[in-house]
Amino acid sequence: MTLRHYLFATAAVSALALPAQAQNILDWGANRDIGSLDPYSFGDSFTINVLNHVYEGLVRYDRDLTIEPALATSWEILDDQVTWRFTLREGVTFHNGNAFTAEDVQASLTRVSHETSPLKGNLPAYVSSEVVDDYTIDITLNGTYPLLLNDLTNIHIFDRDWLVENNAELPTDIGAGVEGYATYNANGTGPFFVESRQPEAQTVFTVNPDWWDEPQHNLDGFVLRPVTSPATRVAALLSGEIDFTNDAPVQDLPRLAAAPTVNVLEGVDLRTVMIGFPFRETLASGAPNPFADRAVREAMYKAIDLNLIHERIMRGKSRVAGAVVAPPIPGYSEDLDTIPEYDLDGAKALLEEAGVSEGLSFEFNCLSDGLVNEEQFCQAIASMWSRLGLAPQLDVAPRAVQSPKRTGGQTDVYTLGWATLPMLDSYSPLIQIFHSKEGNSGVFNWGDWSYPELDALVQAAGQELDLETRLQLQNDAMRIIKDEHIMIPLHQQPMAWAVTTSVSEMPLFPDNKPRLWFARMGSDG
Amino acid sequence: MIAFLLKRTANAAFVMLAVAFLAFLIFRSFGDPVEMMVNEQATQAERAELRERLGLNDGFLTQYIRFVTNAVQGDFGISYRNQQDVMVLIAERLPATFELVLVATVISLVVGIPLGVFTAVHRNSRLADALQLTSIVGVSLPSFVVGILLILAFSVTLGWLPAFGRGETVDIGWWSTGLLTPSGRAALVLPAISLATFQITLVMRLVRAEMLETLRTDYVKFARARGVPRARVHWIHALRNCLMPVITLTGMQIGNLIAFALVTETVFQWPGMGLLFIQAVTFVDIPVMAAYLMLVSFIFVVLNTIVDVTYAWVDPRLRDDTAAAGGANG
Repeated sequence: MTLRHYLFATAAVSALALPAQAQNILDWGANRDIGSLDPYSFGDSFTINVLNHVYEGLVRYDRDLTIEPALATSWEILDDQVTWRFTLREGVTFHNGNAFTAEDVQASLTRVSHETSPLKGNLPAYVSSEVVDDYTIDITLNGTYPLLLNDLTNIHIFDRDWLVENNAELPTDIGAGVEGYATYNANGTGPFFVESRQPEAQTVFTVNPDWWDEPQHNLDGFVLRPVTSPATRVAALLSGEIDFTNDAPVQDLPRLAAAPTVNVLEGVDLRTVMIGFPFRETLASGAPNPFADRAVREAMYKAIDLNLIHERIMRGKSRVAGAVVAPPIPGYSEDLDTIPEYDLDGAKALLEEAGVSEGLSFEFNCLSDGLVNEEQFCQAIASMWSRLGLAPQLDVAPRAVQSPKRTGGQTDVYTLGWATLPMLDSYSPLIQIFHSKEGNSGVFNWGDWSYPELDALVQAAGQELDLETRLQLQNDAMRIIKDEHIMIPLHQQPMAWAVTTSVSEMPLFPDNKPRLWFARMGSDG
Repeated sequence: MIAFLLKRTANAAFVMLAVAFLAFLIFRSFGDPVEMMVNEQATQAERAELRERLGLNDGFLTQYIRFVTNAVQGDFGISYRNQQDVMVLIAERLPATFELVLVATVISLVVGIPLGVFTAVHRNSRLADALQLTSIVGVSLPSFVVGILLILAFSVTLGWLPAFGRGETVDIGWWSTGLLTPSGRAALVLPAISLATFQITLVMRLVRAEMLETLRTDYVKFARARGVPRARVHWIHALRNCLMPVITLTGMQIGNLIAFALVTETVFQWPGMGLLFIQAVTFVDIPVMAAYLMLVSFIFVVLNTIVDVTYAWVDPRLRDDTAAAGGANG
């Protein structure tokens, strides 16, 4: 083929693309593809986030991330305190035309809480449900539990008849090697339906004209196109092949911002980056563990120059944090969000007092594919601790390699980023990270600490239906964390999206989830 | 001949078994797939249970034997990440990689052969020297750098060609092709050139070396003496005699190109097998990794076996070497 032919070919393509432009089709260049069209396939926040355009929950988050009615219009807690009655929205239809009723909710809850469902942990309190009538359903929990609505924002509702017809009432079971119909097909109630999908290439979403809600967006559809390589993603944005990316590489931000056709949207993520310590008898090396001593943890905290990390490594784009949750999260309070002075001499004195020997060697476990600039800030912290006279052994590797070491207690000091997803409440880190490791609690308590007083507060909060009282209990629990330095909060990490000038509105959400039902294109927006 | 064939096939099967064995040894250091599969709120018990259901707690040999037993029956399991049948996943991606490799091969021949002839014929000219030098740059530049440079030039600056993806595809049976649509062809250009860069140099240098040999032979001199036009001597009489090794090399290189395509596919988001493999690695998707490695080693083994068998067919000495060796020892 000659060059002229190619020119002609591309001219033909752009001619074809022109009506599409006029039709407001948004090309979304993501850093990865969704794993499946089934939101219950595994607990992957991004897949659930994208599929939220197709499937909806009983409740949802609005522009300010507060919970508002979606498929349910109202709810109340019955007298037994453990049963919630939901009144459902009438006149909602699925993309295949079936009407939405209480049976669909029941089938979905049964599917998501099935024992082989990888997502059952997202609905921890669920016991059973009962259909009262077509538009009323009772959900019974295993106790009084205040955060059901938060959990339900991420439980997408399927059409029961569709599941039954396609033999997909149960979630896919990878262990049994069975594929599922819902992996390839989708049928929700959401603002968009899935037109076609080619894995790793593109998934086409088209606007649902029969959506029950008044659309705030003006899209006729969007195309999710994974572009894994950051350099290619930037190039595609500059050439206008994609209109939007939810992962603009930090190192390319100045270049993108300088481009006349691109707007960069920067913000601070909800994700709080923390450092955790082991509380076990011995270190991974077998040596005695000094970190169970509060004074040692305080010394390590004081020896970290948080502002230097903020300025140099995070390029001034992070938010230095003193609390374990970010300001928009319920339960956050300003008086817990204080940081200590950087004080190397004070830290040295504390260590000496605690009897920690010079040159104490321990493992410092970081991810190479985890948080923003994680390798760099881990190196910086390791050298700050070296200045303190310790000998941290930095161990950086991908998540898949580090996770077993972390959960198995085979490492010492580690990093952890927590965004309180999917709950968006300070109860999330308290029960998942800071509670003692027992039963369903303390799954991320990798240091094996146990503070009975804190556990009691968290458990009380987990059963407290009054918001004010509950947040006070959670606040008290977080004060213990702060006073004891169980974990050291470093910062909330920066996040950056980028859009071309063809996109006139794209609200940036601190949970880093794009919600294209708020997006607008063209000049009419 | 039959004994020879049987021996080659047995060799091939042994190589495949060894590849699977090594692959499984390596997978153990890749990490724990369960950590990537469960959601943030899953409990330790749930994780342990999933690990048990996937058979990850079994011993290394048990897992290996189970894999081989299933693989022999054509069952590679379902992907941890996509939850689809692995063979279906690979069959979906195969056409993309195959078309890319095919077009890259064609480009490497169409560009490499004339350049090789030219540099051989005009071996003392400045242009030939410049081409030789450029070709060294071609081999030395890593293919992702070539890819990014091409994208910057032709997508961002000139806006002629798409930076990523495969464009529109047309399904013919289970085969999806991008060759039949304008956007599909446009999308193929940059990745194919980027993949072909190394190959072009290889072909060019091989043709040049062969041509230099051939140009010294008597029949070329006689042809010249007879007054056959220079161009005809070079491009028809001499070139023909150089093509045999080029064809062999091209055939053998297809396996390499499929392996190299991994990098190109990542840069251009080309939805082929290489991209699938890279994603499987980050997700510790063992069934996909295992199947991909088996497939690539299968392609290598088949290509090598075909070459061996063809050589043996052409040259009886190779076929009889066992008999001859046996005779010498006995």
